[in-house]
Amino acid sequence: MIKAILIFNNHGKPRLSKFYEHYSEDTEQQIIRETFHLVSKRDENVCNFLEGGMLIGGSDNKLIYRHYATLYFVFCVDSSESELGILDLIQVFVETLDKCFENVCELDLIFHVDKVHHILSEMVMGGMVLETNMNEIITHVDAQNKMEKSEVRAASEARVLSIIILI
Amino acid sequence: MKEIMVRAIYCEMLGYEASFSYIHAIKLAQQGSAIEKRVGYLAVSLFLNESHDLLLLLVNTVLKDLQSTNLIEVCMALTVVSQLFPKDMIPAILPLVEEKLTNPKEIIRRKAVLALHKFYLIAPNQVQHIHSKFRKALCDKDPGVMTASLHIYLQLIKNPDSYKDLTGSFVAILRQVVGGKLPVDFNYHNVPAPWLQIQLLRILSLLGKDDQSTSELMYEVLDESLRRAEMNHNITYAILYECVKAIYTIYPKSELLEKAAKCIGNFVVSPKINLKYLGLKALTYVVQQDASLALQHQMTIIECLDHSDSIIKRETLEVLFRITNVKNVAVIVEKMLDFLKNVFMEPDILFLLYVGCFPLLSDTYSPNNEWFIQTMNVVFSLGGELMHPDIPNNFLRLLAQGFGSEEEEQQQLRVFAVDSYLTLLESDTAHLPQRFLQVISWALGEFSYLKDGLEPCKVTKLLAKLLDERNVTSESRSWILSAMAKLSAGPGAAALALQVSERYSSSLDTVLRQQALELLHLSQDPELHARFFHLWHVQVDSSLSFLDSFVSEALSQGAAPYKAPHQRQEELRQEKALSLEPYSISLPVSLSSCSITDRQSPTLLSMSSSLSGNSNELKAGSSTLKLEGVKRVWGKEGYLHQQDAVEEAAQVEEAATPALPLSPQQGGAESQQTHGDLTVVEQEKQKLASSLFVGLGSQNSTFLMGKSDSTSQQFRRKTRAADSTSSGVSERSSSSSHSSCSDFLHNNLLEDSQNSLNTQKIGVSNGTHEGPVTQSFQTTSKETSPFLDAGMVLVQPCSPQTELRDFVQPGSSGITQTSLRSQFPPELSQLPHSDISLLSSDHSLSLSACRAYRDDALLFVIILSNCSQSSTNGLSVQLDCKHIFETFSTLIQVEPHTQVTVAGSVSYRAVPGHTQTLQFTDKLFLTDFIRPLTLSTEEYGKLWLSFSQDVRQNLKLIQGEGDPLRATLSALKEQLQLHIVDIIGSEGIVACRLLPDSPCLLHCRIHGGSLAVWLRSPLLSLPDCLLYYCQKTLEEC
Repeated sequence: MIKAILIFNNHGKPRLSKFYEHYSEDTEQQIIRETFHLVSKRDENVCNFLEGGMLIGGSDNKLIYRHYATLYFVFCVDSSESELGILDLIQVFVETLDKCFENVCELDLIFHVDKVHHILSEMVMGGMVLETNMNEIITHVDAQNKMEKSEVRAASEARVLSIIILI
Repeated sequence: MKEIMVRAIYCEMLGYEASFSYIHAIKLAQQGSAIEKRVGYLAVSLFLNESHDLLLLLVNTVLKDLQSTNLIEVCMALTVVSQLFPKDMIPAILPLVEEKLTNPKEIIRRKAVLALHKFYLIAPNQVQHIHSKFRKALCDKDPGVMTASLHIYLQLIKNPDSYKDLTGSFVAILRQVVGGKLPVDFNYHNVPAPWLQIQLLRILSLLGKDDQSTSELMYEVLDESLRRAEMNHNITYAILYECVKAIYTIYPKSELLEKAAKCIGNFVVSPKINLKYLGLKALTYVVQQDASLALQHQMTIIECLDHSDSIIKRETLEVLFRITNVKNVAVIVEKMLDFLKNVFMEPDILFLLYVGCFPLLSDTYSPNNEWFIQTMNVVFSLGGELMHPDIPNNFLRLLAQGFGSEEEEQQQLRVFAVDSYLTLLESDTAHLPQRFLQVISWALGEFSYLKDGLEPCKVTKLLAKLLDERNVTSESRSWILSAMAKLSAGPGAAALALQVSERYSSSLDTVLRQQALELLHLSQDPELHARFFHLWHVQVDSSLSFLDSFVSEALSQGAAPYKAPHQRQEELRQEKALSLEPYSISLPVSLSSCSITDRQSPTLLSMSSSLSGNSNELKAGSSTLKLEGVKRVWGKEGYLHQQDAVEEAAQVEEAATPALPLSPQQGGAESQQTHGDLTVVEQEKQKLASSLFVGLGSQNSTFLMGKSDSTSQQFRRKTRAADSTSSGVSERSSSSSHSSCSDFLHNNLLEDSQNSLNTQKIGVSNGTHEGPVTQSFQTTSKETSPFLDAGMVLVQPCSPQTELRDFVQPGSSGITQTSLRSQFPPELSQLPHSDISLLSSDHSLSLSACRAYRDDALLFVIILSNCSQSSTNGLSVQLDCKHIFETFSTLIQVEPHTQVTVAGSVSYRAVPGHTQTLQFTDKLFLTDFIRPLTLSTEEYGKLWLSFSQDVRQNLKLIQGEGDPLRATLSALKEQLQLHIVDIIGSEGIVACRLLPDSPCLLHCRIHGGSLAVWLRSPLLSLPDCLLYYCQKTLEEC
């Protein structure tokens, strides 16, 4: 299963962290730092897999990462996941983000943490890959967004109505 | 509010504490509007964990949302459930999630399946009854749901036996997917559902492992997916990789192996670095089976060694590590050392790992001593402080004890070591790591006398020089000082030692000061020195038997016996659980069974002539057994006087014999023996034990004969060594040479081996015979010591007179039930027992088994019958006992399961010199271990109050003539061996116990059209398991 999904920038500032196993808050921060140290040292032309990362669970675990411009996307998985499969999953994730935010950049992740999380939760649920088709993911996220919007509209209409009544 | 919560999430992610906002997150999730709920749920799933208290507040919200008609709300609830949900609340929402499996919306079904997967991970017992629904999910018309259900199966098939029948379906699914039958939506870069394929391949490889017939089913589809996956995109490589792995995991087929090998070749030589990595990984996996494959890629591997990526290098070394043998070890180690030098700058864990492998490589394969010492020197100086402390320790032990090779060779090794260390010390020592200095000083202190013509003075001088180095830590200094103390006997050395000790006797470090003073005295007084170091080699009495008299004295004065910390905690916990009624007798059942226990373990006491000696073989078992021994003296009834111990042992032995179930004649004989002379029995047993332990790896069988104190110590050590080889259970593998027709277990092996030797004789003389071999899982034990259970498993081959009588069945091809039944031992036929079922058979032997239920034990009877015309010799039965022990101790003590598997094998010689084996497996169910618990209503009430855990469930009522409650309860009673304590109106109380004595109380009430049952038990998962069987029983009725 997927143990954790981390996104941080070139300076190691976390931009998104999602843990599917429980760690204490301090450990989570340490994991992020450790992962950053492991990943940031690596050149561009080396493989995308890393073994190690003591904190998150020792030798059974792998870090699979991709580096896009300023951001590192790291998946910590155990041995039951396919390495290349996860690598492509990261690609799908990034493409989905790109589509949802139209040219995604680091700032999008900062200002819309919740949206990123919602997208992620459509892809991975409880550490298991739920959906790998980009269009499906976008449909589900859009459906939720639409419902939210209609609610907001309804609420504002209600407010207008009540003002009218007051007048 | 929503905005603020998102900010709180962000703060939390950056590592700032935002716990004040947790409660607001929950409040937000409880809000009505979707927009707030969504953020609330998100925040909750990020903030809280499964054991957080606030999570209870969320349960109701989740329940409400699960019932909502809004698709999105249901989805949100399911997502949060699969992320975090308190374990004990699962029953509350389980039915709702189950119901979602039939939801018309595909996304909900899919999420529900994943939520169930989560439940299975955290509480497998609670979802046991819905396995059929998993199958339905697998056959779902929507491929997405099916994909999700594969997650569950991947988990379930870790234990593949019960899912072999699904192989066909998985193969069919894979064929369809590979053939492109799925909708185009599932394609990714024109590859049909790659992730699905990967999962299926993994499942298949699990299923086909070591199983030819299952593997045969999948050859074709594996071949096809190899063919279809053309090399063009990352994801196809992923499929190929899984395919190759599967091919190498399942039962081999040469044609496929060839293709897979070619694939691996392509991977390894690929310019893409990720593929190279995977190729090397696959190689590592494959070379274990077929080292020749590595040869084909020799050059590539060597290239990879010089690769710029340390991960690739590491993988390459891993491959090399796997193909190490005596011839190539020098080269490989050299490469590894190079690697170490490079990564030294960035000390990370993989480096530690490699330093760890070294000694392993070195001492298994090392070509000669000199090389070994030199390699170790390099390792030490490179490894430095990062090295795991075990490595120097192991190395020193190796030096001290040698490889177990010739004495001469050992001396040579030591001289080499001393030599090389001296040269090292003479050169610059500043760069040597502390650990290495310690090793050096120890070796020099201990072995420098071995080298001819080496003055201790010279060594001392070198050491003194070392001592004055600035960067030497005080820990290393103390090592050096003690080395000097060993050497200080010589004339020149003494003067130097005096000098050194004067300087350090004013040191600020107290340890150093003390050692300096010791050194001073030792160097001044050669006699003392000689005596002191002579004493050094005295053996340590690790069992502290010299304290026994002190202990027994203290006990007789009313001191409490020693308890290990974990036991104390256990008791504390029990006290807490019972604190509702401080003065009531805690458990009537446990009392009675307590005394049973005392009687049931005669060997423990009879082996030890007095209390002081009983640490003897209790030690051999496990540390808890030792407590048990003490505890027996200090029973619940109060203190049993110590002087009586011997007599009591005799009584116990006597009392035990009637309880031994199967062999009255033998039992009688034994008790007479006991009457006559206890020590004779004891000696005999020791003799047997010693002869048995010979087979277990030690050669000293003679010293056990005398039973004086000094030898008992050695005995102890040997047994422990034997135990440690197979995790404290017992040694099946070597037993077969000694025992036939039986299998002996653990502590009772002393007694059993006696029987088994008897049987062996009979077996040989009779040639052909048929005889049940009975094994009783004697599960009586005290609740305080879970380990005793393992010790109490007792193997009792039937006495030869009754059962192993000559029984030649010439040419009888089929063995009928009746013929087996006629062979059923009379002692057993009186007991209730299950049907005799044929477990396995071949042309000359058939093996059946049945379970007989004794009040305090489950007897597992194995019946072997010879169905050929020739005679069978050298019969031996082996049960996979390690497995049994593990499962049994967990089954009974820690966590009841609904069933466990017993596996074993029978080996025999039909043709002389040609041994054949017959494998068998059988299942034991929880119900086999359930016995009625007879209680009065009053006792029931007390007991009920003393447990706090409560499990509730509604069961089906049996509708028939008369009272439905009575009918249901009696059906349950019949099937599950429960005891109906009382039935009052529409309520009934029922009690049962899980062997040995874990009670479970049921309180049944008619509620609406169903039977509401509350269960209480001290064992947490016992009610769950029992409920499962209750449900099953009532379904069948």
